[in-house]
Amino acid sequence: MSASAEATVLITHAVGLHARPSVKFTKLAKTFTAEVEVAVAANGPWFDAKSIVKVMAAKAPKGTLLHIRAKGDGATKAVEALVGLVQRDFDEDADHARSA
Amino acid sequence: MRIDGIPASPGYAEGPVFDLDRPPAAYQRKATATEERAALEAAIGKAVGRLAALVHTVDGDAADILEFHIAMLEDDALSGPALASIGSGQPADAAWRTALDSEIAGYEASDQDYFRARAADLRDIRDQVLRALGEDGEFTAPQGAILCGEDIAPTRFLETDWSKGGGIALKSGSTASHVAMLARSRGVPMVVGLGALAAPLTGAALLDAERGAIIFSPSPTEVETFRQSASAFADRQGAARTFLTEPAVTKAGTAVRVQVNIAYPSDVDGIDIATCDGVGLMRTEFLFGKTLPDEETQYHAYRKVLEWAGDKPVTIRTVDAGGDKPVPGFTVEETNPFLGLRGIRLSLARPDIFRVQIRALLRAAIHGNLKVMFPMIATSDEYSRAATLFAEEQAGLAAQGVAHKLPPLGIMVEVPSVALAPEAFTDVAFFSIGSNDLTQYVMAAARDNAAVAHLNSVHHPAVLRLIAAVVAFGRDKGIPVSLCGDAGGDPAAIPALLEAGLRDLSVAPAQLAMAKAAIAEAGV
Repeated sequence: MSASAEATVLITHAVGLHARPSVKFTKLAKTFTAEVEVAVAANGPWFDAKSIVKVMAAKAPKGTLLHIRAKGDGATKAVEALVGLVQRDFDEDADHARSA
Repeated sequence: MRIDGIPASPGYAEGPVFDLDRPPAAYQRKATATEERAALEAAIGKAVGRLAALVHTVDGDAADILEFHIAMLEDDALSGPALASIGSGQPADAAWRTALDSEIAGYEASDQDYFRARAADLRDIRDQVLRALGEDGEFTAPQGAILCGEDIAPTRFLETDWSKGGGIALKSGSTASHVAMLARSRGVPMVVGLGALAAPLTGAALLDAERGAIIFSPSPTEVETFRQSASAFADRQGAARTFLTEPAVTKAGTAVRVQVNIAYPSDVDGIDIATCDGVGLMRTEFLFGKTLPDEETQYHAYRKVLEWAGDKPVTIRTVDAGGDKPVPGFTVEETNPFLGLRGIRLSLARPDIFRVQIRALLRAAIHGNLKVMFPMIATSDEYSRAATLFAEEQAGLAAQGVAHKLPPLGIMVEVPSVALAPEAFTDVAFFSIGSNDLTQYVMAAARDNAAVAHLNSVHHPAVLRLIAAVVAFGRDKGIPVSLCGDAGGDPAAIPALLEAGLRDLSVAPAQLAMAKAAIAEAGV
């Protein structure tokens, strides 16, 4: 399969793609078989979206335009899901409602 | 040999000394690279297992941070460079240290506070694995041990099993630290400020956290005296427990309200609401641990405590960041943080962040008997500006049709200007005396500095006189006055506080029984 997809999304979360959101982001990325990568600039460098070490190393603060691209099975779905997570501010509200 | 320090959490412990700062046991090099790799992977697995066991015992930000550590440790990208160096002949410990140090350097170089602060997490992760590599046995202290060292990390406190006794003895440390608060609420004996301990940190010791001392290699006489004091303390605690379920009344028949101070919403899980008159101080700094909390997180935290308290009052203090409580992305670095942008000053300087807390409080108010107080108020203008923000947010919620209620708004009395000139504050709903800060500002003695701890006494006439003046002013104007500093739960300070006219004290949950017992002894 040579499916591929790419999208950009603005990080609106207060402190950016930091510890807690990165845990969620990489966990979600790992649910897809496609190879997924992120970058903070259109021309890279690209980081493995399934690795929290790499995603944290991207050091993307609030206001960063995050580039997400995927290749392989379910590439489109993977990009859509990750863009959605960033747009929903990493579901922080819903999560705390559940745990409280 | 007896060494004196400062009691941080009362009690007695007798047991083996456990050196918190001992270097991890030397790593034993393996014969082949394959074995080195296996050793590193096993050590990472062990560190993950330890964190996974711990994550269930905490909530909120602490749990998030542990989950972050686990995710980092489980990521092959973290161990990859170390495993590669092992392939080229390095031992596992050196390979791991080099690989992590290079990650840490990357974070330290960031121009953003938040990412720079993660370097500490990476160091923690590095050391957890080094510890697991070095030891073939366990690094956990034996049950009932006295943990001795320069300072102690909150994770170390949380992962220790205190059910079989034990205690904490620190060379530096502070009675106001996070761990000291935890120790008091769980009844773990703790002494700080012992200075350089010349004694080798081995063998057995006696920890007297009532007077604040540790005795190494005790003589039989010392052991006997110690056990008598420990048993007398236990008797007093046992006797105190009989006071727990009764309202507090002095020997002369004066009723005294006794509320509790809490730092985390989960603190209330261990308290029977029937044993206290409400929450005199709910701190909100826990919400501002590593990141800024959103409105929903705050709302649910406040609501939990309000619902627990039923119709008894819950006084929530707006965030008191700054001073010794920095928050990345919120507080600023200052040369003299206790006299800087902290408490209400910081909240007013960052209204975007303050308004989020205000909305959460207004919405939570419908779930109980909420009161809100502002920390570090120095002038009436600060109170007016904070009250205006409440009014503005209230109007906003009303316009949106969101259920809410405006709680009574009061102030902490901890800056001497308020205690000296309370007449500027006739429009506040209540005063709550923060005796820790009031004392440190009146005596010019930082409360986190063991070298000036002897000056930091609420018993000084200057401090007691200010407290009495505020109580008299409140009585005259019909404004309720309470006290929520550590002195309120200190049996030695209670008579003087009642003497100064206070009839409303708020104490750490673990001190509730002893405080009520001390009140029962008082003659006022």
